[in-house]
Amino acid sequence: MTEPIRLTTPLTDEDVKRLRIGDRILLSGVIYSARDAAHKRLVALIKEGKPLPFDLQGQVIYYMGPSPAPPGRPIGAAGPTTSYRMDPYAPELIARGLKGMIGKGARSPEVKEAMKKYGAVYFAAIGGAGALMSQSILSAEVIAYPELGPEAIRRLEVKDLPIVVANDIYGGDLYEEGVKRYALL
Amino acid sequence: MREIHVERIVDAVRDLAIKANIELGEDVIAAFERALDQEESPTGKDILKRLIENARIAREQRIPICQDTGFAVVFVEIGQDVRVTGGSLREAIEEGVRRGYQEGYLRKSICHCITRKNTGDNTPPVIHFDIVPGDKLKIIFAPKGGGSENMSRVTMLTPAVGIEGVRDFVIQRVKESGPNPCPPTIVGVGIGGTIEQAAILAKKALLRPVGSENPDEELNALEKDWLERINRLGIGPQGLGGRITSLAVHINMMPCHIASLPVAVNIQCHAARHKEVEL
Repeated sequence: MTEPIRLTTPLTDEDVKRLRIGDRILLSGVIYSARDAAHKRLVALIKEGKPLPFDLQGQVIYYMGPSPAPPGRPIGAAGPTTSYRMDPYAPELIARGLKGMIGKGARSPEVKEAMKKYGAVYFAAIGGAGALMSQSILSAEVIAYPELGPEAIRRLEVKDLPIVVANDIYGGDLYEEGVKRYALL
Repeated sequence: MREIHVERIVDAVRDLAIKANIELGEDVIAAFERALDQEESPTGKDILKRLIENARIAREQRIPICQDTGFAVVFVEIGQDVRVTGGSLREAIEEGVRRGYQEGYLRKSICHCITRKNTGDNTPPVIHFDIVPGDKLKIIFAPKGGGSENMSRVTMLTPAVGIEGVRDFVIQRVKESGPNPCPPTIVGVGIGGTIEQAAILAKKALLRPVGSENPDEELNALEKDWLERINRLGIGPQGLGGRITSLAVHINMMPCHIASLPVAVNIQCHAARHKEVEL
């Protein structure tokens, strides 16, 4: 395996262009967490022409709803949730400047098309490794929809979050490639 | 009659909720170690190592293994010579869930089906009561995450398809689920009974220690054959390609109606959590 690439948010077009599927990334900087309910609201705001709770330009959204922070910690367990549930909403956000998404599991053809068209990447994190992922989160602050509890939008400051490029802007798909390589049927 | 006060039950359920979500079973960790020996994909190996590390961090730092601390599924075996005193058994279990999820800093993941409003305390739990001989009360706490539960299915096959038809349904389900249920998974299979019974059989199959032998010789052979076939799919850890898609297949079977062949597949993510206590 090659050495991991260190990336800092916000991501630029140049950052995104050099990434290829299978690249291991250590991500640092500010990212935002959002799941199903928050995505529904964000897309509703876009449709109504209203401002979003945070600027999407160059940003990365982490599909994640953490467990509550125990005393003295910034956050509880914080692994990714399954991404396909955000597929109906993701193209709208990508079209408005979102540069990266972190989750687990494959994306729809519509999302992959939007990633190619507007230049965005999809990163896979290890599902179920919530305790491990939490070690890379320095701070967490709810910035919108506190009433959604675990589904509220959080501003996260991360340091060396371990992720891998699963879909690049060239149409590469690590889920398809990986399974093809090891299937014996 | 042996008497057990509800307060003991509240405390027991509270403790089980926290322990189950923080301490991964040794059987699962041993299965990760065996998988690490067999896995050929470098990415797959890396993921398995991180899962072992994740379990260690959770246990040492007392934080959940996975942020999805699940739907609280509780199996209760009540000895017929036990009398519960001081209140309602169901309410005691609910209170234990409430306290466990609050005091253990576990995520509250239960909501109204239509409005999606969170109930706020991870109640209600799903409780399966069973009456058994004796004067003990056994409680098994098995939190179930949404990702792997979403990939599970129940179906009513035509008896003509035989065991090969059951096998194909199970393997197809794992294949279609791909990376979504957080592989390496444990595949719980329930065959027989009625539609709801098949699902309960599949869920109970997940409570067996991972990779233990099925006491039924015929089912034991099927489990080994199906696991081998599943691990030829190439899905691998996290669905990024590899040899180890599943750690085990566990089958429970009971007789069915002459017209039916019910089959349930309950997929369990690698965070295969359950803890039990006998009062």
